[in-house]
Amino acid sequence: MEKRATFSNLWLAAAFIAPQMLLVFVFFYWPTGEALYWAVTLEPPFGGSNEWVGWLNFETVFSDPKYWNSVRISIAFAGLATVLSLVIAAMLALFVDRRLPGHQLYKFTFFLPYALAAPSVGLAFRFIFSPDAGFVSAINRVWPNLWNPALDGWDAFLLIVFAQSWKMVGYNFIFFLAALQSIPRSVTEAGAMDGASVLRRMWDIQLPLIAPTLFFLVIINITDSFVDSFGIVDVTTSGGPARATDLMVYKIYFDGFEGKDYSLAAAQSIVLMLLIIALTFIQFRFVERRIHYS
Amino acid sequence: MKRSILVAAMTMTTLAGAAAQERTKFEFWYGLTGDLGEVVANHCKLFNESQTKYEAVCTGQGGYDKAEQNTIAAYRAKQQPTIVQIYDAGTLNFMLSGAIYKANQFDKDYGLNVDWKSYFPGIANYYATAGGEMWSFPYNSSTAVFYWNKDAWAKIGKNEAPKTWAEFADDLKALKAAGVECGFALDGDTWMNLEQFSATNNIPIATQDNGYGGLSAELVFNKTAYVDHMKNYKAWLDAGYARIQTTQVGKNLVQAFADGSCASTITSIANHGTVKNTQVPDLKWDVAMIPVLDAAKRTNSLVGGASLWVMQGKSKEEYEAAAAFLKYVTSPETGEKYIVKNTGYIPVTVKGFELLKSEGFYQDPKMAGREVAIASLTASAVGPNSRGIRLGNFTSIRSELRSELEAVFTGQKDVQAGLDAAVERGDQILRRYEQTYKGAALP
Repeated sequence: MEKRATFSNLWLAAAFIAPQMLLVFVFFYWPTGEALYWAVTLEPPFGGSNEWVGWLNFETVFSDPKYWNSVRISIAFAGLATVLSLVIAAMLALFVDRRLPGHQLYKFTFFLPYALAAPSVGLAFRFIFSPDAGFVSAINRVWPNLWNPALDGWDAFLLIVFAQSWKMVGYNFIFFLAALQSIPRSVTEAGAMDGASVLRRMWDIQLPLIAPTLFFLVIINITDSFVDSFGIVDVTTSGGPARATDLMVYKIYFDGFEGKDYSLAAAQSIVLMLLIIALTFIQFRFVERRIHYS
Repeated sequence: MKRSILVAAMTMTTLAGAAAQERTKFEFWYGLTGDLGEVVANHCKLFNESQTKYEAVCTGQGGYDKAEQNTIAAYRAKQQPTIVQIYDAGTLNFMLSGAIYKANQFDKDYGLNVDWKSYFPGIANYYATAGGEMWSFPYNSSTAVFYWNKDAWAKIGKNEAPKTWAEFADDLKALKAAGVECGFALDGDTWMNLEQFSATNNIPIATQDNGYGGLSAELVFNKTAYVDHMKNYKAWLDAGYARIQTTQVGKNLVQAFADGSCASTITSIANHGTVKNTQVPDLKWDVAMIPVLDAAKRTNSLVGGASLWVMQGKSKEEYEAAAAFLKYVTSPETGEKYIVKNTGYIPVTVKGFELLKSEGFYQDPKMAGREVAIASLTASAVGPNSRGIRLGNFTSIRSELRSELEAVFTGQKDVQAGLDAAVERGDQILRRYEQTYKGAALP
């Protein structure tokens, strides 16, 4: 029989959770409801005469090839940035976990990038990767025009992938390290005594044991690259050149705040929200089953 | 004795405090940032020091677009400022908003005695309704001019700027032959490439007099001489005569011109001061009117910049304070002269221009050349194609065209195909705008 602590007085219970419910309502449900309302009407910037238009805004969004372009870019961006930052972070964590000389210092410095706001990361990367004046411009001196994110869409896309993964590496690293350190030493030591090399132990013992962390980080990273990449794009490429880095979240910002088409932006927000919900759902429902937590 | 002095001192402090509190405060939001933002903030300070009755509380919003966004958000929350500085592209949204106190009405109600006729027609028309009524107060204005490097042109034996695009094309070729690496710096900004080009050559951008006639206007720039103009740009890029210079590349137009790496560019007269202050020491340069297709048929260029809007829903006291402020910042002596002297912007009224001329402003070697902007703005009587652009959600249309131009300049798309796509998408934006404001009549 399961033991449960319950309140006999339901009103008291309600009073205790009311502040939290109020916060959730004010900051989540209300804005979402408002966005939904805007998405099915045409909202003039200054408010006033909303006209009911049904699915029109969604039809406009889905019939727009530029929107699908932005969806493709966002998915590629999320996939690449997540893989890149997870691989780098896992490697760093595995080696810091081996307590190489100076590992205390690494622990601290590897986490620093995450403390920076996305726009600052973007600004730093813009300067470093600027084709005329940045550090990377040396490449262009050897092979002219090899690197130019201002004109070449592929370069611009790589630039934002690098910036996003660099920002997330520190965060992933801390989680990986914590997971690795929670693995009992006896397990790896047993492996060592059986003659497994360092790399073999990492691959066969440590990585499988931190799989739950990996799973958690995949979700966090994908979600972050969908919703928090705005700052990087805005500062480095502004969605260009020729829409090569026009991520979904940036397009929402542009259509809503620059174009003042609040209804179109609201419809896109709803789509993005549903996409994130679906992603999280799929991952928990299907991926989590294959992970053994203990 | 001591005590009475103390009491007297205390009374005086209290009185002074009361006097300071009696000042009627009102809010003014502005969009300019950086050095220019400081000039506006200082303008407020000067106004506050010039009298004791009113106090302008001035807040920078961190950009023209932010100023518009924040004003909309504030208005919806009933927290709007009394006066706000809104850029040219936001004019139509504000005209249709129903949230503003029309400038001409405000002038009548609060006795500003603005001489509306004194505004340069190119400026007045841009901000006026189709019926010619002014609903906002022009504040900081500029127009596009041609910046050229005299030393570079001396290499090809010329001492004056090209007057037509054909002449400019020949010059670019000669410059390349004379060893100039970059003859012309350009970017995808439509304000110079499309808007100023169309206005100065008397070419329409959209039907219905560029939108002044109604919200049903349709874009036409994929069928005009603008197409050939962009083909030339592309050809110049391919031939190595011109180069794309943006912040993302590392140097924008102004920086590339000021450090001498590109021999010419087209940008706002407002950058005149920036070039003077940041140029390499021995750079000899000047500004001229932008080239046109036919020098004999030049029409006026378009104004850029921002105007001041009065918002609805404030108290009578705040409006009185706002009226005093507007009077101060729009008068030739305390307004225009201050702005022109401290920035690259131009006077907006004939009176202001005359005042500056009479004081020898344009004889100053640092300022010489800025009168070119006035000449360009007043090159002809204002016609339907050079009056301005009154298109819904024009910011998005600009962005569509900019994206297409980026694709065209980098060779991903043919010029005509790019412009056709921009027009098609631009028209969709216009139709959405029309539907959003269904039933609203364009003033």
